[in-house]
Amino acid sequence: MSEVKLNEEELLRYARHLSIPEFGIDSQLRLKNASVLVVGAGGLGCPLLLYLAAAGVGKIGIVDFDLVEESNLQRQILYTVFDLGKSKAEIASHKLKALNPNVDIVVHPVRLTVENALDIFKDYDVIADGTDNFPTRYLVNDACVLLDKVNVFASIFRFDGQASVFNFKFEDGSRGPNYRDMFPKPPPPDLVPNCAEGGVLGVLPGIMGSIQATEVIKVITGIGSPLAGRLFLLDASNFQTRNLKIKKNPNTKIVKLINYEEFCGQTAKVKTSNKQVKEISVKDLEILKQGHSKFQLIDVREAFEYEISNLEGELIPLKEIKEAVDRIKKDRKVIIYCKSGSRSAKAIEQLESLFPFDNLYNLRGGILAFAKEVDSSLRIY
Amino acid sequence: MEIELLAFGIAKDIFGNGIQKITVTYKCSIKDLKQELISKYPKFQDLASFAIAVNSEYQADDFVLSVKDEIAIIPPVSGG
Repeated sequence: MSEVKLNEEELLRYARHLSIPEFGIDSQLRLKNASVLVVGAGGLGCPLLLYLAAAGVGKIGIVDFDLVEESNLQRQILYTVFDLGKSKAEIASHKLKALNPNVDIVVHPVRLTVENALDIFKDYDVIADGTDNFPTRYLVNDACVLLDKVNVFASIFRFDGQASVFNFKFEDGSRGPNYRDMFPKPPPPDLVPNCAEGGVLGVLPGIMGSIQATEVIKVITGIGSPLAGRLFLLDASNFQTRNLKIKKNPNTKIVKLINYEEFCGQTAKVKTSNKQVKEISVKDLEILKQGHSKFQLIDVREAFEYEISNLEGELIPLKEIKEAVDRIKKDRKVIIYCKSGSRSAKAIEQLESLFPFDNLYNLRGGILAFAKEVDSSLRIY
Repeated sequence: MEIELLAFGIAKDIFGNGIQKITVTYKCSIKDLKQELISKYPKFQDLASFAIAVNSEYQADDFVLSVKDEIAIIPPVSGG
């Protein structure tokens, strides 16, 4: 522990750590010698990165391939309006270096995949998972188990937060439970909405990301007892908290990385039908709009999304579509769209399973595709 | 016997409420409870992906419930 020393600036900078009796110079040096990989520089990643850099973790890696968007600013506190359109990982790196020049920041501006995960993870002591989708969560978990790394986990939805320290190494060398011991199978894709669809209170990732930072620091320094073998649950709306005991499931076997998209999509039993819905491309919609044939255009997003931008379709949010069936024409082509094409596909599946429609078409790629391929002036969000 | 369920996340949406009472048979296992829930709330059909905790401890399908148990239904959340 003693080969690296704190310089004078660091002694001042970390003075409030050094004066905690349980912390002291030893813990600060452990942080300085440690490396942490933060996967996802979003709502959770922002506070996590800020606190880890401020705390003096020696090397911090950031995995994120996304660009800063306007809808990020409600919760992703590393970014400002000046950063819109720029790489999150690059911006984060820049700001963290300004916050603490003692920290070595490594940027991985790539999508985490089965091909690169083990290679990226292997150089870090601790992995912190702040990703935003199930396939990547299972990938991070399995890669950590395969490489014997601790996975400091947090996850959010609306007012609910979950956190745990997975695959923790206990003093006797045994490993604590991991994500799969708790959730062996991913939910079907339709059942649990992501934050883009279901929303999230902006401050919630602030709370949960800070809890993650606390646990990372505890894992590195060995202070206190980490959130291993426990799942912390927060319902911020009623301020209810729970600490659930979790244990290893003897049936959990992780031997290699798998195809996670397939793993998380395969269990899609709730899909109302197996048959594909009919589709139309954004270019063909544009041709239809220019032509004379009659068609109806329906927008199944929420009213606030319609306000941001729309293709002049009739607004019938997905959750009201079954009750609004009388408004859907039967004597012409009906084109249904949403932001990306997934909610509109659901709308068509629901309508076709309940009513004898054969004239419904899903706009492939939704508004996002329309903005990309037809009308670049359309506001995207 | 009547038991009380605490719902988290999307399970709250399915119940329409954070706390839900449900009547199950005596010596009901978690597996039985899941089947009962699926028949009452079809949206629970993939309950295999939900975790069930009894008295603040995660339990597997074969665990048998008692009337005073506090049962929490915890779906995974993925947001970041």
